[in-house]
Amino acid sequence: MVPVEEVQVLHAHWSSDSITGYINPKFYIDTFSVDRVPCQDPGLKQESKQHSCMMLSSFRFVIGRSPTNSWILGLTQGCNMSTATEMTHDVVPYKLHRLEQGPDVQVKCTRDEAIKYYKQMRTIRVMETTASNLYKSKIIRGFCHLYSGQEAVAVGMEASITPDDSVITAYRAHGWTYMRGISVKGVLAELTGRSSGCALGKGGSMHMYSKNFYGGNGIVGAQVPLGAGIAFAHRYKGEDSVCVTLYGDGAANQGQLFEAFNMAKLWDLPAIFVCENNGFGMGTSAERAAASTAYYSRGDYVPGIWVDGMDVLAVKEATRFAKDYVLKNGPILLETATYRYHGHSMSDPGTSYRSRDEIQEVRQTRDPIGKFSELATSSGLLTKEEIKKMDDEIKKEVAAAAEAAKADPELPPEELYSYIYKNPPANIRVRGCDDTIWGATK
Amino acid sequence: MATLCKTISSATRQASKLNQFSRLLSTTQRCNVQMAVRDALNSAIDEEIERDEKVFLLGEEVAQYDGAYKVTKGLWKKWGDKRVLDTPITEMGFAGIAVGAAMAGLRPICEFMTFNFSMQAIDQVINSAAKTYYMSAGQVPVPIVFRGPNGAAAGVAAQHSQCFASWYSQCPGLIVASPFSSEDCRGLLKSAVRNENPVVLLENELMYGTAFDVSEEALSKDFLIPFGKAKIERTGSHITLVAHSKAVGLCLEAANELIGQGVECEVINLRSLRPLDDQTIIESVMKTNHLVAVEGGWHHCGIGAEVVALIMESQAFNYLDAPVLRVTGADVPMPYAKTLEDLALPQVKNVLTAVKKSLNIS
Repeated sequence: MVPVEEVQVLHAHWSSDSITGYINPKFYIDTFSVDRVPCQDPGLKQESKQHSCMMLSSFRFVIGRSPTNSWILGLTQGCNMSTATEMTHDVVPYKLHRLEQGPDVQVKCTRDEAIKYYKQMRTIRVMETTASNLYKSKIIRGFCHLYSGQEAVAVGMEASITPDDSVITAYRAHGWTYMRGISVKGVLAELTGRSSGCALGKGGSMHMYSKNFYGGNGIVGAQVPLGAGIAFAHRYKGEDSVCVTLYGDGAANQGQLFEAFNMAKLWDLPAIFVCENNGFGMGTSAERAAASTAYYSRGDYVPGIWVDGMDVLAVKEATRFAKDYVLKNGPILLETATYRYHGHSMSDPGTSYRSRDEIQEVRQTRDPIGKFSELATSSGLLTKEEIKKMDDEIKKEVAAAAEAAKADPELPPEELYSYIYKNPPANIRVRGCDDTIWGATK
Repeated sequence: MATLCKTISSATRQASKLNQFSRLLSTTQRCNVQMAVRDALNSAIDEEIERDEKVFLLGEEVAQYDGAYKVTKGLWKKWGDKRVLDTPITEMGFAGIAVGAAMAGLRPICEFMTFNFSMQAIDQVINSAAKTYYMSAGQVPVPIVFRGPNGAAAGVAAQHSQCFASWYSQCPGLIVASPFSSEDCRGLLKSAVRNENPVVLLENELMYGTAFDVSEEALSKDFLIPFGKAKIERTGSHITLVAHSKAVGLCLEAANELIGQGVECEVINLRSLRPLDDQTIIESVMKTNHLVAVEGGWHHCGIGAEVVALIMESQAFNYLDAPVLRVTGADVPMPYAKTLEDLALPQVKNVLTAVKKSLNIS
């Protein structure tokens, strides 16, 4: 066999066992069969039976000459096997505020990462759709703010932080709750108010928590000073952790944000402030609410980055950059340009202040999951069949969680009085609705 | 100990105009040590910062200015920037930061220069601090102390004179305390810092300079006063007077005057507003059959209103020989002019009027 050559595919047509086309101007391949050959290049990923690697715009594969001196492509093209182990993706360029350098525009993604990100985004999407249906059946009550369309932000950010970092967000929190370690069942059962919910049904949609995840906050903007405080605690304790503090374009005009930015900058707090700009605060568009919609620059003396929030890899890379920056330099502000398909909440159809066409257009051309799966399949990281398989598994998992969320019981009546205080003094009684009702608390 | 002696001797210098209080405190253990309220608070904060590295203090002017009312004098010099922080004048922001820090495991003491300014931050106190333990079903405790002067000062007019006792004590999830004496301040502030829940400590600016006898016990570093337990400052059998904060002093003054008329008042210092020690009030009323509730805040939905309601609903109702009466601040925004201000705040004569009406004497 001759040594491996890296070749440029100018035009190729794949079928299951053949390739036709020019591999470089010198060689034209006219449909030949593909043989398995051992991988010569140590840079290529070795697998037991098949091996290959592929890059986005150029193909690299083993070429060898058979004993009969004809070219043999050492490449296996199969229906159920992906062909690549890594891809490189060019993101929409970032916009920088008070930063000389920003995150990389070329982002790598391995096959394992692609599987992970796809699964996570898809799970959130299906979970939120399920929540929407449960709400329409009146099994979820009150507020329900869905994250559909914004998945790439939570998934991309989580990809670049660790469980030791903290996150706090507002009320559009189900996707984040999942990313921070709560199961789909824990989320759905909390939405239906059952005791198997992650807050035993005491919190509901807007008040879900887990380790280093501080909700889930109902008052617009209040979570931002809280997040600065969590970052303060990380620094006070000498930890190498950051606090990711999210808010929407609607909250971006709140005064307490600027108070938080001021103290974060003064005290060098390891805070990544993130504006999830989905274009609307309830029904008021960003342009109608903000004198400046360049949210990434609204931190003024806090450096900022605008990121394409529909691109999970862009968000991932921006977060990686931000965490690294913040641990050395104090706070930073990310603006993730994203979109929500549903209305502000389940009581908002979402079409009185924007057109159905607009929503459709985003779904078709900018959907974060659709775009990522296209990227993953066209670069060979994943196959369509694998994706379908993942979709089916996720559908099953979420459906099972939904069944539990419908069937599980609520807390018993005496739990009304629990968790008002931590370590309450013994014998304290809590008053019920008339003076004959007194509950013991714990 | 050296700090304590310095503190005590400075307090003793102010003691002359304030010795009346030590004579009135008939149930306080006799000792020779006098301590001003501000020094009681100062020493308590100092000792708690020393005891637990997670405790820190933040607020406007608490550090380099030594505190707007000098309550935190010397603490920044001793402990430095990490433990004693000056904040910008942004209550909502720094209260939120303090609450977030508490959620993440620290134990902040957040000072409001006065509780009037806490209104800027009240969402963080109520919605972030008080309710989060419940909403999270016990996963996120908020061990924070909000402290500062509450109620009327002298000549500071309407925006700087409001009493927030009612507002905060209404909310489940908060612990609310209102100290009167130096001992109260030490014990309640220490308990507040060590408590796992958000505590609102309503101090009183006019009391900061007042010196009280403090017992040996109260000077110990682990002196704690439990929440939900009132203190009977003075026993009596004819009528019960219940109050919190500065109004306790008013009741003691009134009680002193009434001795001459042969009336012995029982004076209860609530110490805690939430939880409220209803048992002590009920038992006292069952003994004296008469009750007057005294406070500096407005009558409408005030602490006195709560006391009246709880007596109505309790077995003490059957022991009343007269309706429960209230003495409160006048139902007006605080005026500036001295004569008007004196008319807006309860005086000894208002307490005497109520007592005499209750006992049907002249």
